Amino acid sequence: MSDKVDITLTINGAPHAISVAPRKTLVDAIRDDCGRTGTHIGCEHGVCGACTVIIDGETVRSCLMFAVQADGCEIRTVEGLATSDKLHPLQASFIKHHALQCGFCTPGFLMLAAGAIERNPDMSDDELIEVLSSNLCRCTGYENIVKAVRAAMLEMQAA
Amino acid sequence: MKPAPFIYHRPKTVEDAVALLAEVAPLDGRILAGGQSLIPMMALRLAYPAHLVDINGVAGIDRIVVEDGELVIGALARHARFEKPVEPGPTGQLLAQVCHNIAHFPIRSRGTFCGSLANADPASEWCLVAATLGAKLVARSEAGTRILAPRDFFQGIMTTGLAPEEMLVEVRLPMLPSDAKFGFYEFSRRAGDFALASSLTAFRVENGVIAAPLVGVGGAEAHPRRIPEAEHALLGQQATMATFERAAQAAAIAIDPLEDAATNAGYRRDLVRTVVRRALELAISQSERPQ
Repeated sequence: MSDKVDITLTINGAPHAISVAPRKTLVDAIRDDCGRTGTHIGCEHGVCGACTVIIDGETVRSCLMFAVQADGCEIRTVEGLATSDKLHPLQASFIKHHALQCGFCTPGFLMLAAGAIERNPDMSDDELIEVLSSNLCRCTGYENIVKAVRAAMLEMQAA
Repeated sequence: MKPAPFIYHRPKTVEDAVALLAEVAPLDGRILAGGQSLIPMMALRLAYPAHLVDINGVAGIDRIVVEDGELVIGALARHARFEKPVEPGPTGQLLAQVCHNIAHFPIRSRGTFCGSLANADPASEWCLVAATLGAKLVARSEAGTRILAPRDFFQGIMTTGLAPEEMLVEVRLPMLPSDAKFGFYEFSRRAGDFALASSLTAFRVENGVIAAPLVGVGGAEAHPRRIPEAEHALLGQQATMATFERAAQAAAIAIDPLEDAATNAGYRRDLVRTVVRRALELAISQSERPQ
């Protein structure tokens, strides 16, 4: 009853022709079928945000979509943030402000912040905190994540 | 944490969607819209539909337009669209305020207004809006279209008046008059979490007294609804703190509270009194702010 479906996931510009059962979530397909393991799987029911990616410009949880639903969509993951030899301002800022410890939640936070800044490049502190409250980090206490994202946002505004 | 197998359908039109639904509803098939409640329930194996009719590929059902004094919200209009007012009057502002209480930013990017109504979680903010403002819920099946009032649509915890073969194709919200005052207040334990109680209120002040009061309560009972006892306590009275307290008290007495291990009936009544009073106070304080 769950015949596989042929789909193409375009991840950071690269097409991946894969065959998936409809029940496979997008994050599982990104990791298992496309080998892009930068996107992490945490809670698998939309609570933790570790699997956050950007699909056709929208910031979404990739555990709350089926891979078949992303057929033909442009998916951006943490692997697509840096250019060949230069970190994305958010990545550099996370290092500078010590916004990670174990790093498990980091890909999700980076994509969450990247998507939110693209949507509103001039978030107030309240808006920033509202956005970042969406994802879970068990190490940092969030303060340094807020600092890092705020600093990167200001840098991106100036650029 | 992996959903059970299902057969996937991706119609391109509403006609195809309802035709598919007619075919698969008896086989435990259902609509997949934003999926922000259904997919977690499938991951937790609380839901295991045999067929999913994914309406995300259906063109033209994401509209949000004003028509004949009503705000028409299509089946695929996602929560995030309401973050900024969708129309300049109080209805657009109210929806924008309420929207920020719905889950989190990535969930709002994907989840839909109509999906929330069809899911009918007692704590749903959009269900509270629909019940309080008197939405018309437009259900479509192969047999035709019918319009349900909130009292016929909301029937219990995650239970609606939709037949299995019916799709909620749009919701038509009556618009508040331009001089309407409104307030929304919700209490939840964590940012983005389900409300333990919430209230939406709207009224006008005419000749110094309250006219056309609406008081809705969500999260506290099996489904959100208007509380006539609270509205009666407001009608024709001056908009004072004492009036608001009487209305809030009336709401607290009138409800049939949901109970769980952490939330007893007395606590929920207390919360309802607080959220109704705060929503009413916000209606006044917000309308005094320059727009």
